[in-house]
Amino acid sequence: MLIKLSGGTVYDPANGINGEARDIFIRDGRIVKPGDNERVDQEYPLKGYVVMAGAIDPHTHIGGGKVTIGRMMLTEDHIGQEVARGELTRAGCGHAVPSTLTAGYRYAEMGYTACFEPAMLPANARQAHMEMGDTPMVDKGAFVMLGSDDFLLRAMTQKKGSEFINDYIGWTMHAAQALAVKVVNPGGISAFKFNQRKLDLDEKHVHYELTPRDILITLARGLREIGVTHPLHVHGCNLGVPGNDETTLATIRAMEGLPVHLTHVQFHSYGTEGDMKFSSGAPRVAELVNKNKNVSMDVGQIMFGQTCTASGDSMRQYGNTKSAYPKKWVVMDIECDAGCGVVPMKYKDKSFVNALQWAIGLELFMMVDDPWRLFLTTDHPNGGPFTTYPHLIRLLMDRGFRNDMLQKIHPGAQAATILGSLKREYSLYEIAIMTRAGPAKSLGLKDRGHLGVGASADITVYDDVADREAMFQKPGLVFKNGELIVKNGVIVKVVQGATHVARPEYDRAIEKPLREYFDRYHTVRMDNLRVGDHEIIQSDKGSIIQQPTRARVRAA
Amino acid sequence: MTTTTTGSPPPATARPSGLSTGGASGVHENVACPFCGILCDDLEIGRTASGLKIRKNGCDRAVAGFERPVVASSPQVAGREVSLAEAVTEAARLVRAARLPLFGGLGTDVEGMRAVMSAAEHAGGVVDHAFSEGQYRNFEVLQTAGWFMSTLTETRNRADLIVIVGSDIHKLHPRFFERIVATPEPMFLMAGKKRTVVFIGAGLDTSAATGGHIGEVISLPCPTAAVGEVVSALRARLKGVPLAAKEIAGIAIANIDDLADRCRKADYGVMVWAPPSLAFPAADLTVRIVSDLVKDLNLTTRFAGLSLGGNEGAVSAGAVSTWQSGFPLRVSYASGKPDYDPVRFAADRLIARRETDLVLWVASFTPDLMPPESDIPTVLLGVPGMTLAVQPAVYIPVGTPGADHAGRLIRCDNVVSLPLTNLGRSTLPSVATVLAAIEHAL
Repeated sequence: MLIKLSGGTVYDPANGINGEARDIFIRDGRIVKPGDNERVDQEYPLKGYVVMAGAIDPHTHIGGGKVTIGRMMLTEDHIGQEVARGELTRAGCGHAVPSTLTAGYRYAEMGYTACFEPAMLPANARQAHMEMGDTPMVDKGAFVMLGSDDFLLRAMTQKKGSEFINDYIGWTMHAAQALAVKVVNPGGISAFKFNQRKLDLDEKHVHYELTPRDILITLARGLREIGVTHPLHVHGCNLGVPGNDETTLATIRAMEGLPVHLTHVQFHSYGTEGDMKFSSGAPRVAELVNKNKNVSMDVGQIMFGQTCTASGDSMRQYGNTKSAYPKKWVVMDIECDAGCGVVPMKYKDKSFVNALQWAIGLELFMMVDDPWRLFLTTDHPNGGPFTTYPHLIRLLMDRGFRNDMLQKIHPGAQAATILGSLKREYSLYEIAIMTRAGPAKSLGLKDRGHLGVGASADITVYDDVADREAMFQKPGLVFKNGELIVKNGVIVKVVQGATHVARPEYDRAIEKPLREYFDRYHTVRMDNLRVGDHEIIQSDKGSIIQQPTRARVRAA
Repeated sequence: MTTTTTGSPPPATARPSGLSTGGASGVHENVACPFCGILCDDLEIGRTASGLKIRKNGCDRAVAGFERPVVASSPQVAGREVSLAEAVTEAARLVRAARLPLFGGLGTDVEGMRAVMSAAEHAGGVVDHAFSEGQYRNFEVLQTAGWFMSTLTETRNRADLIVIVGSDIHKLHPRFFERIVATPEPMFLMAGKKRTVVFIGAGLDTSAATGGHIGEVISLPCPTAAVGEVVSALRARLKGVPLAAKEIAGIAIANIDDLADRCRKADYGVMVWAPPSLAFPAADLTVRIVSDLVKDLNLTTRFAGLSLGGNEGAVSAGAVSTWQSGFPLRVSYASGKPDYDPVRFAADRLIARRETDLVLWVASFTPDLMPPESDIPTVLLGVPGMTLAVQPAVYIPVGTPGADHAGRLIRCDNVVSLPLTNLGRSTLPSVATVLAAIEHAL
């Protein structure tokens, strides 16, 4: 069957198309170039509508133990947000930490067709995939966490060498069914288990005598050498600590040109100026990001209201428990592997600190020049639920609206931000880069995030209305693999997305020391840690898409 | 798409979901045991003419579970043997006709629980696990205050002080001490350091707290129902609050002070409890005190809680219910929306008050998971050989995940989940298969 989307105003940055009226043809789930005389079976006249690839969220906590702890802990946040079973859709609930099913539906209703869970612990990978398996509509994938796991830290201390460590990175990506690798508070989660309460970039872990800098370089270089497309995804040291803008600048310099993605940079751009000893470090961070082309980032914008923070950073989340609202929280030390911290938060526009956090995020959006290296996130749910994205897009596209909102926040924060003076207004083309083409390129999703021939027909069609919040809230049409799944913001077909993975080359010899290690110390056998393809394909009724990796580069 | 060059995908990729043959020898290695919440996965299981035989690393529970002879068993409607299709049709008819069906027991794996959620939603029913009362001793604390927790591997390698709070762990988890407490080589107990094990509560089996790196073993015997008083006193002394009493629940204050001192000096202490063991009124308050005490200790040193329990798939049921509905069991779909009320929708209460008119009871691990006795019509999805006091309206024998079919379970620490192997013990259908058929017929 040949479907034609005719005459829509197309924004497809990956193919350099900036708001041109184009026809798009779909057959068998792909975008195609039909022959001259081929019959069109179904046509959607889209003159005046905005057409983009389906949106991609490159950093959203949608699956895994810590999210379910949040769901279980914050039941009061679900009250009034329950969703009834529909003709096509399952029941659920959702606001800050929605149920898996509801999260999938809401993403699709907003025109998103792929979401990536950024903090999958190897020890919890199976559950993360099970939860993603129960997240319908969208494609998904996950970044596996390394950097506080004792196997890696022991190997580094024992100077096992880069080939050994690279094999381990590759093995872990296979075992956990990961697309990329994330490091969270490098070494810090482990250090906290030894009662260290902070770990600066060049501070030594008391037991392993390694620094976060050592770990960052080891992992970033390793990923480059084994050919994984997405660079090391870095949640740096000192999250949320005033003065961490210095840490962020130092981290960028420490990478020595190695490709790196800095995540939720808003939480890492705090200075210590002013009466409250809390100020914006966004201009300095943005300036250095602009200069270092090896760096990409996402913002982790905070949005006002109740949410729940969920992170692998047990050390810093424990530090944040004093701000918990409501006053309850969970922190865990996990399996000689990692940790987690789940802390509910209510960001208030009348709080100086929260208001300035909001402004810092927006300053970063305004001041980082290249949208190809800057992705739109709230670090869902840490900065706010993903359902606030349309509001955030309007803040970026509409200076008048932004300045109206600025007038409402704590006056001290208004005085402490340069946001009001920043004139930038994002174009639809730039929004399409930040929410489609950029994340797809960075994550190495070769047939997603664009509308060229051969791409998967994940397509979102919007009404071109002046209120960009309303526009992005409720797309007119959403196609997933060429099937119409959402019409006027309502689900018309339920589909199960694929799981994207990357499988870099590794030497199976690494299994000998790994098996010994698991047998000696762990409570799970190495073979049982692995998540099998059949679990995703048969048990979760999903599918796996293996994205390309580059050939491995070995030391001479 | 490019593929790997020399790094071949893990063998798991090629592993079919069907029967695992156990290789040429017929012996399965690294088998995970689903019969208690700590999910040991180092079992070696072979076959004999009469069934499965554990060759290595079993325990009483594992033997009872894996080696249970599979008696020939057929689906029944009102005691009459029928085909599976007939039983499914009748079960669906009863579920459809019910005003408020209760999906209870829920002794099943993740896939089975997914099917339970889907069917309950479709039927407008209530979901609750047989062991919710124990789990709610924890959930109440999680929902009101939160906590600081550890996991099995972390505790095994790091703890220099383990305090067992009022829980006779042997009965629930026979290999807990062997695998977690008395391990030969904890990663971080070096330079001759020893692990101290403290038991709070009378009559707890301390016999397995020996060997490995275990140093002192201390018992503070008090009635189980009074462990809350003892940990309250411990918390008070840790905070420097003077106590007028000379003893608390039969334990001298000096001994409580000694424990407080050990807690302060520990590098990594772990308070361990098994919720099912704390079977006394308001036991959630005891869990709360333990959790708060752990939080206090973390101001200066490192401490964590470790909750055990989770037998009969209880942890998986709670987790799947939470990620799909937002709520940890005791959810009603009568209105179409998930309606959460941990008091109103407790299975025991619904049955006792006859607020449910159909019980669909799931027990796929052991025949011991019996529904509360009542004359409310019951659809039983149970292991072969279960005998109810009142004949069920429909009985469908089901396989056990990890013996008769493959599956997955989440461990007591709510972090790790294990794959369960199909050992080919029988061809009985899974709970997921049967429930999907029932839902399809609704």
